[in-house]
Amino acid sequence: MSAPVIRYIDEPHPITGLTNGKLGLWLFLASEVMLFGALFSSYILLRVGADSWPDGWDVLNVPLATLNTVVLISSSVTMVMAWVGCRLNNLGKFRFYMSLTIALSLVFLVIKTIEYKPKFEHYEAFLADGALVKGYEGSESITGHLDENDLDKDYILFSPDAVQHGTSGDDEHSDHEKGGEGHAEQIRINRLDIDRLTNFGPKHSNFYGLYFTMTGLHGLHIVGGIAVNLYFLLFGTGMFRSNPAQFSNRIECAGLYWHFVDLVWIFLFPTIYLL
Amino acid sequence: MGGHSVEEISKEVRIYMTVFASLLVLSGVTVGASLLDVSTTVAIIIGLAIASIKGTLVACYFMHLISERKAIYAILALTAFFFAVLMALPAMDLQGNEAFSGRV
Repeated sequence: MSAPVIRYIDEPHPITGLTNGKLGLWLFLASEVMLFGALFSSYILLRVGADSWPDGWDVLNVPLATLNTVVLISSSVTMVMAWVGCRLNNLGKFRFYMSLTIALSLVFLVIKTIEYKPKFEHYEAFLADGALVKGYEGSESITGHLDENDLDKDYILFSPDAVQHGTSGDDEHSDHEKGGEGHAEQIRINRLDIDRLTNFGPKHSNFYGLYFTMTGLHGLHIVGGIAVNLYFLLFGTGMFRSNPAQFSNRIECAGLYWHFVDLVWIFLFPTIYLL
Repeated sequence: MGGHSVEEISKEVRIYMTVFASLLVLSGVTVGASLLDVSTTVAIIIGLAIASIKGTLVACYFMHLISERKAIYAILALTAFFFAVLMALPAMDLQGNEAFSGRV
C-alpha cells in the first residue's frame, strides 16, 4: 500500500488558485486577527470606561519601543529577502537573510526584556485610609523600591522615589522608567497602613494588565516565528534541493505569518505607547 | 506576486526597499505626531491613520495582497466583517450601560 500523497503543496489548487498551505495559513491569520481583535476591543472598553488613563510617554519606555519598531520592520524586509533568495534558487542568499531575520527577532526579545525588567522591580504601596507615614501625609500611594518584605514582620522597608507621582488626578502613575534617577531616604511602613502593595506588573492596574497581555502575546508570536524560521534555516536545506518549489512556498507562508506579527506591532505601538 | 525571472524579482526588491524606507519614515512620523499638543481624540485619529497606512503597505507589498487570489480576498472580507463587529461591541455596551462611565 503506497503512502498517501498530499496534493497541491507546490502547485495551486484549480478551484482556489492557491496552494493548500497558503490557504490554510490565511485561514489561520484570520483567526489571529480575531484573537488580537478581542484584545483591542477589551482595550477600548477598559480605556473608555476608566476615570483616567496614563500617558505612555510617562510610564513606558517609548524610545526602546521605537527601536523595537525599527528592528521588527527591518526583520520583515529580511524575511521577504529570504523568500527572494528561494525564488532565485540561491541557498546562500536565503541562509543569509533568514539568519538576519532570526537575529533581529532575538534583538526584539532582548529589548522587550530590558523594557519589562524595571516594571517588576519598581513598586507602589497604596496607603490605607488614615495611614500615617511620615513625610507622605495625604498621599494615596508611595512609589519606589521594596527593600524588605518579610512576612514575619509587621512592616516593610521601602526606598521611595525622589520624585513621587500620585495615583489620582491627571498627574498620575509612577514614572518607573525614571525611577532610577534617585531615591529618598529609606522608610519603614507599617503593614496596617498599606492597603495594597504591588510592583508595576500586570496586577498593578488595567493599563498594565493590558500592556503585558497584549505585548506578551505578541512576544509569544515572535518566539513561535523564531522556532519556525530556525527550523527552515537548520533543516530546510534538504527540501531546498529536492523540491525547491515546495520549499519556496513554505518560506512564503512563514513570511506571511512574520509580516502579520509585524502588522500587529504596527498597531500595538501607537495604541499602547503613544496614545 | 510577479514571476520568477531575475528582472521581475529585481523590480520587486526595489519595491520592498521603497516600502521599507516608507515604513521607517512613517514610524518617525508616528512618534513625532504623538508629541503634538492636540486633544486625545485628534491624537488617536492621527496615530491610527498613520498605523493604517503602514499596515496597508505591509499587507499589500510584503504579504502580496495587492496581487492575490479572490479566495484570499473572500477570507479577508469575512474577517474584516467580524473584526468590525468585535470593535463595535464595546461601543454598544457603553451606550447601553450608563452606569459604566466612571468605573475603572
